[in-house]
Amino acid sequence: MATGHFKQGIAGGRLAPEQYADNFSDLHPPLDHHEALVESDRCYFCYDAPCMNACPTSIDIPLFIRQIATGNPIGSAKTIFDQNILGGMCARVCPTETLCEEVCVREVAEGKPVQIGRLQRYATDVAMSENKQFYQRAEPTGRTIAVVGAGPAGLAAAHRLARHGHDVTILEARPKAGGLNEYGIAAYKSVDNFAQAEVDYVTSIGGIDIQNGKALGRDYQLSDLIRNYDAVFLGMGLGGVNALRADGEDADGVTNAVEFIAELRQASDLSGLPVGRRVVVIGGGMTAIDAAVQSKLLGAEEVTICYRRGQEHMNASEFEQDLAAANGVTIRHWLQPKRVIAEGGKVSAIELEYTAMNGEKLAGTGERLTLIADQVFKAIGQSFVPAALNGSGAALDLEGGRIKVDTEGRTSLANVWAGGDCIFGGDDLTVSAVAQGRDAAESIHRALTSNGRA
Amino acid sequence: MADIRNNFVGIKSPNPFWLASAPPTDKAYNVIRAFKAGWGGVVWKTLGEEGPPVVNVNGPRYGAIWGADRRLLGLNNIELITDRDLQVNLREIKQVKMDWPDRAIVVSLMVPCEEHAWKAILPVVEETGADGIELNFGCPHGMSERGMGAAVGQVPEYIEMVVRWCKANTRMPVITKLTPNITDIRKPARAAHAGGTDAVSLINTINSITGVDLDSFAPQPTIDGKGSHGGYCGPAVKPIAMNMVAEIARDPETHGLPISGIGGITTWRDAAEFMALGAGNVQVCTAAMTYGFKIVQEMIAGLENWMDEKGHATLDDIVGRATPNVTDWQYLNLNYIAKAHIDQEACIKCGRCHIACEDTSHQAITSMVDGVRHFEVIEAECVGCNLCVNVCPVENCITMEPLAAGVMDQRTGKPVSPVYANWTTHPNNPMAKVAAE
Repeated sequence: MATGHFKQGIAGGRLAPEQYADNFSDLHPPLDHHEALVESDRCYFCYDAPCMNACPTSIDIPLFIRQIATGNPIGSAKTIFDQNILGGMCARVCPTETLCEEVCVREVAEGKPVQIGRLQRYATDVAMSENKQFYQRAEPTGRTIAVVGAGPAGLAAAHRLARHGHDVTILEARPKAGGLNEYGIAAYKSVDNFAQAEVDYVTSIGGIDIQNGKALGRDYQLSDLIRNYDAVFLGMGLGGVNALRADGEDADGVTNAVEFIAELRQASDLSGLPVGRRVVVIGGGMTAIDAAVQSKLLGAEEVTICYRRGQEHMNASEFEQDLAAANGVTIRHWLQPKRVIAEGGKVSAIELEYTAMNGEKLAGTGERLTLIADQVFKAIGQSFVPAALNGSGAALDLEGGRIKVDTEGRTSLANVWAGGDCIFGGDDLTVSAVAQGRDAAESIHRALTSNGRA
Repeated sequence: MADIRNNFVGIKSPNPFWLASAPPTDKAYNVIRAFKAGWGGVVWKTLGEEGPPVVNVNGPRYGAIWGADRRLLGLNNIELITDRDLQVNLREIKQVKMDWPDRAIVVSLMVPCEEHAWKAILPVVEETGADGIELNFGCPHGMSERGMGAAVGQVPEYIEMVVRWCKANTRMPVITKLTPNITDIRKPARAAHAGGTDAVSLINTINSITGVDLDSFAPQPTIDGKGSHGGYCGPAVKPIAMNMVAEIARDPETHGLPISGIGGITTWRDAAEFMALGAGNVQVCTAAMTYGFKIVQEMIAGLENWMDEKGHATLDDIVGRATPNVTDWQYLNLNYIAKAHIDQEACIKCGRCHIACEDTSHQAITSMVDGVRHFEVIEAECVGCNLCVNVCPVENCITMEPLAAGVMDQRTGKPVSPVYANWTTHPNNPMAKVAAE
């Protein structure tokens, strides 16, 4: 009977027990004190800095880096948190290579940007390890706000609202707060239970009550919230997973990548987590990479990402693609799934069709390819599930299948705001969700207090 | 191949790189290692008079400031003169000189400001076969409190007096080491010259406190909660030292007086700059204390390569070459007009030139042109101050381009005059001299 890597089918324990901790250690280990000083010294303190303009939360990056350089990491952390209370997680999960670091003038000059993400982590780590709290609540306003979803958008909104003296109730469907930070990020990007530590850090301002196991549409209706609270913020993310639209996709062994990632994040013993010997991941975004790399780290022998368009179209950043390649993941392009082949109800292979651009349109070429697989992950995007909004008793305008909001995060319903992945027009980034939550909170505050005056 | 052999007031060494009187030259062990590494000469760490040696503090002797990546930029010390027995030092000097006859050994001396003290020490030093003596009138800490070192160097009359005693009592060449802790460096140099010194060496270290411990509120380096000003040296002091060398080199009263240049010399280029300003050779300390003696190999090769490249055959071809170009402000050509120019290909768009000019200078650099981040000099506002060049992180990205005679200066609306004209004849100068016809 084959063991380890070579176990057939979906199985755990593919690696030596000690290998797991190693494989899932910090992707970007923290900078030590001296490294942080050296790195911070590389920052030119640009005028009207491109990095700052590229940051969805507009963190004053040159200032926080200068504060590190001058031995003031606490002041640095405050500069970060002023704009982004989830700056600790964003430091870990932001695709900095397509945001701040992409436009760093040192990237332009020498192809080596200042490591802004790691410096941000350094400063926020210092403050959080000391549990340094920078914000005090304003005088209580007596206003109450319901926040749906304890993900990045909801937490950011809640913190800002609590700061302004409002009382916030967060209703979270899952057993833990954190949203995708807790359930949806690759384990090696958020080690040591950081997501929960951050939730604790953010909520310790007070005035934020998180109620877990409360799902919209199941346990309460939007109309209840509108009735019972002065304002509502919707930040419930995306509940649905797009289907492959391939025959036989209900076979055993065809799994949603987001569920796999969530399961992995919640697993107390990674060696017990089963993974296929030969894994195929369908998709081209961050979720596809996270699922593929983690499959490999769990000991899968062969992991192949199949994406229906070219490399230049992938949503996963170049850095993420390189990370996958470095971990032994094969990325194949111009392939779309056609048929899941099963034996005894379990997936045994996947048949794909080559694609090409036919003018503006992507089309199958008719040529087929079959890859042996005992596990197939679907990572072709998530979708907003509007069903939960039913029963709200009022229509909420959608756009492109997600909630329509204005520039302040206001929905079509009075006293209802929304932000994060569930709204239309976003880029599905943690940092953007934080910005939207924060800005919606300011809008709510203005609305509830006659333009900011309590 | 360039010949970098050095003859400084008759003291010959295979190259112009000497180690300054300091911890690296305190004993035979170090000096032999230095000679093995290639140093042309040493100034042996300062000897005091016969008797119980001085004692040093037993806590930190050095403080520092750092640049990026903890690059040492400035070092300060509160070490005194040698704390070893005089006879031990003399024995070692004699032996090392015997073993290394081609290298220069100069002995630094500091004894009380009394003629008999100098008369006593000079013959015993002479007996070692050392090539010369250097009078330590510079140490700013400790010894100055006892009326020696900088306490002498700050009073030109004392300098002249002691130099005279030494010249009268030894056949060895006398180099007078000057303290920079003085208002006008020309005064002590003139005094040394008047006393008959063969050369001056400068600078000694600068009074300094390198830092303050903000927990204990104690100056650094800290000895049991207290600190004392120490002598500052290293790359940070080089510009100060070079100015002082140049001032002495171009002073009509001391012009031609040999100078041994000291102060932050770290590379061959630093050495070449000191020599161009008038130093006949150079002395190094902090660089060796930072990196070890091996750096002299870079200095030797670098100096030779540069001289070969430029066609300078011997050190005489470079010493003092820049001295005539050091002048007073009043003689600078006010009709020389330069404008900053930004090479857009090289520009990385950090915007530092803009904000420096916008906030602190002449509002002469754009930040945005047609809605695009773009940094360009507005010639009509540019006074040619060079600040943008200095703050730009990219070498040669911003350059100062002189306007040719006849070209319109957009700032003044006047064409550039081909005629040299300075402040002495400028119409705005109330004391202007009428230009000679």
